[in-house]
Amino acid sequence: MATVESPLTTFADRLAAYDVSLTPVAPTDAQRAIAELLEPPAIGVPLPFEDVRLPAAVETAPTTADLRDARTGVTPGALGIADYGSVLIESDQEGTEPISLFNERHVVVLRRSDVVPGMPEAFRYLGERARTDGASAIIATGPSATADMGALVTGAHGPHEVAVVLVDDQDDAIPIEPPADGSSTGDEP
Amino acid sequence: MSSDTTSDPADRIEHYMDTEGDAIAENTRGFNDGRYESTASLPEYERLRDQARTIKEDAIDRLPELIDELRATVEANGGTVYLADDAADATAYIREVVAEREADRLIKSKSMTSEEIEVNEALAADGVDVVETDLGEWVLQVADETPSHIVAPAIHKSRDEIAELFADAFDPEAELETAEDLTAFARDRLGDLIEGADVGMTGANFIAADSGTMALVTSEGNARKTVAATDTHIAVAGVEKIVPSVEDIAPFVELIGRSGTGQDITSYVSMLTPPVDSPVPDFDADDRPLDADTDRSFHLVLLDNGRMDLREDDDLRETLYCIRCSACSNACGNFQSVGGHVFGGETYSGGIATGWEAGVESLESTAAFNDLCTGCSRCVPACPVKIDIPWINTVVRDRLNRKKADPEALGWVYDELVPDEEPGGLSLQKRLAGNFRTLAQLGSATAPLSNWLANASPVRLVMEAVADFDRRRDLPTFAREDFYQWFKSRDGAAVDPADADRTVVLYPDTYTRYIAPERGKAAVRVLEALDIHVRVPDLPGSGRPPLSQGMIATAERQAEAVADALQPHLEADRDVVVIEPSDAAMFRSAYRRLLDEEVFEAIRAQSYEIMEYVYGLLETGSDADALATPPADDPGVAYHPHCQARTIDVAEYTTAVLESTGYNVRTSDTECCGMAGSFGYKSEYYELSMDVGEPLKEQFGGTDRTVVAPGISCSDQLEALLNRSARHPIELLAP
Repeated sequence: MATVESPLTTFADRLAAYDVSLTPVAPTDAQRAIAELLEPPAIGVPLPFEDVRLPAAVETAPTTADLRDARTGVTPGALGIADYGSVLIESDQEGTEPISLFNERHVVVLRRSDVVPGMPEAFRYLGERARTDGASAIIATGPSATADMGALVTGAHGPHEVAVVLVDDQDDAIPIEPPADGSSTGDEP
Repeated sequence: MSSDTTSDPADRIEHYMDTEGDAIAENTRGFNDGRYESTASLPEYERLRDQARTIKEDAIDRLPELIDELRATVEANGGTVYLADDAADATAYIREVVAEREADRLIKSKSMTSEEIEVNEALAADGVDVVETDLGEWVLQVADETPSHIVAPAIHKSRDEIAELFADAFDPEAELETAEDLTAFARDRLGDLIEGADVGMTGANFIAADSGTMALVTSEGNARKTVAATDTHIAVAGVEKIVPSVEDIAPFVELIGRSGTGQDITSYVSMLTPPVDSPVPDFDADDRPLDADTDRSFHLVLLDNGRMDLREDDDLRETLYCIRCSACSNACGNFQSVGGHVFGGETYSGGIATGWEAGVESLESTAAFNDLCTGCSRCVPACPVKIDIPWINTVVRDRLNRKKADPEALGWVYDELVPDEEPGGLSLQKRLAGNFRTLAQLGSATAPLSNWLANASPVRLVMEAVADFDRRRDLPTFAREDFYQWFKSRDGAAVDPADADRTVVLYPDTYTRYIAPERGKAAVRVLEALDIHVRVPDLPGSGRPPLSQGMIATAERQAEAVADALQPHLEADRDVVVIEPSDAAMFRSAYRRLLDEEVFEAIRAQSYEIMEYVYGLLETGSDADALATPPADDPGVAYHPHCQARTIDVAEYTTAVLESTGYNVRTSDTECCGMAGSFGYKSEYYELSMDVGEPLKEQFGGTDRTVVAPGISCSDQLEALLNRSARHPIELLAP
């Protein structure tokens, strides 16, 4: 998979292969894009990105009862890993881990500049974060799944659906279109 | 591992083939196909395998210092490390932690190591409610069964069986029919149990010494919940799971899912540096803010349980490199037919289980299943860390042979048939199969009498009555004039050395020599047509039969005899060409274990499988027109490559050569025909052997193509399966 494609194109293709929707947006449109992906009730973790705010409908100080009842969890993603269509979800005291895990739909908000080509880059980041801050993270690829009940089923203990909102934080970047037919997407130079 | 009461091996195998075989076969073959597909899409695959292997070699080499480093990092993070000597030590510590936490319920994510120490039973005895949250493991917990596969534990159960199990156990309101229904039901039920849990137990796939970070490779999300929903995390891991750094885990993450179930990556790879900083949800006081409580404790139980001894064992050390991906199970013909309830010991199953069980349990716990490794070697290229799994099985077989053998036993009445290096009292079946060369010599010397009087011939009689070879198998027919004699009695070589491009020593392997001289004659004609000066010296047997039986000392002696006899030819720069693929694999690969490195390298570098050699000649300018070509109405060829030839990467030359001479070739994709040398002849394995060959029957049954198989026992098996005779591909090329 280490192809001549740009990492973003690979990332989009791989996400599509796992039925993960990708919504590339400008920072100013992010809040609206996130709002459109919510299945209420929604809970979330405040985004650590400048210029991007969560919609008001997202409860950012949830109780355990909210965690149990919510349909959608919105969290930041620390990295996108292009070769695998994975997102790195870093655990924190605000509850990114449970909020990305317990609800049917997980909306990941990711900065475009945080998409890395492959596993070696992701593990360099992880190694640094683990050694310096004792960080924990999940490399999440597609929705949860099981084949233990006699056939492949999407949606086991974890989310049934995953959506990625990719915030364009690079001015000179080439815009990428969401996959029109859900199967692939590509940079249009 | 199995709970059946039948003791007869053949009955036991048949029972499991009947009850679990279909589900096992479908799933493992699906995983295996997925592996081929997924690894083919990874351009870096071979480099990552090398990298993974190097990391494991280094980590096991430096294990004591890595354990110290890990202890320091985990403690600095605020966790605890307990190094447990054995299973009892580990469970005692875990019971203490659970008791101190005053836990009523412990939830678990899937962990083979926790099964190895039987911690569920120990905790249950203390009154702790232990709940497996992996859906497959939960099914088995409800059914009170053991895993049949190290990655997909309930692989032997069909959807219908699970639906029936849930209906009986839970009497659900609505009927559970589809896999979605069953999954949703299990998720809800386990969700409630997770909310009321106090302690979470996980295994660990990899642990980085430099940070205390552990990787958990999962798909369902239950391991995440096990950690996230409880304030006390116990991780149980063998000491061999430690690697030096977080970055070292990267290649394994790329390899493990692809190698195991054929997924490029599983849904979740948790990279936890515990105690994690996620808040602990309070499901009892659920109106409190989620982030109210972040106080967590973490206990890493590192298990020795024989591993440090395994590390000192030069032949079995590689077992510790195993990442438990299950590739060796899925790639194994026998495993595909019987699953882990037959092909497994106390805890572990599949090809590598022999190493694990011998290391963490006992030699005896491998006895019932070790023979199921036929040495076909298809697991070798499948293993992401390149473990020589057949060698581990051979070494353990040798140790079992010696342990079972009675040193006081007197020489056996047929001692002249078994001129080996093995102790008295070794299984006669093994000794006879291991001394096949001597039997073949005798059979050939007494042919055609030995063939006409098949049932009265000493060979057949001994094979059947004494060695329990299966009556339903046709035993080999021996040639009156063996291949070596035929060549010697010819009027010299057809191509003079002075006119020849090269000189070839055509190895008269036991099978070509005594049973199928026609393929030897065909090979001579082909080589001579391509201007090669051919010599067929009187060379000893390769040592393959004794190696297959775990008679390593005998195999070594024979390998040394071959090496001595080949030496002048190698020094004279002659190419050694081998017709029987299992012997080609000896020269090219297995001799590494039996000979000094230099001697092995010399043989390896100068030996070729016959079709590989012909391919090389044609590629370097020899004239293919000198070879036979198919007639205009040729129905084409159905080709079953030899398992070991595939492993040493020579199988595709047959396809290439046949195609270049005009044949239409259809190649089987079955890992192994099921015969595997003498395996399929043995009474207790006859049915299994035929079952393993079933896909070949499905693929080639009824074909009007010419069936070709370079392996002698493969051709016997194909004849039994298809009722058609099979030929060596070289015979199609002989002018």
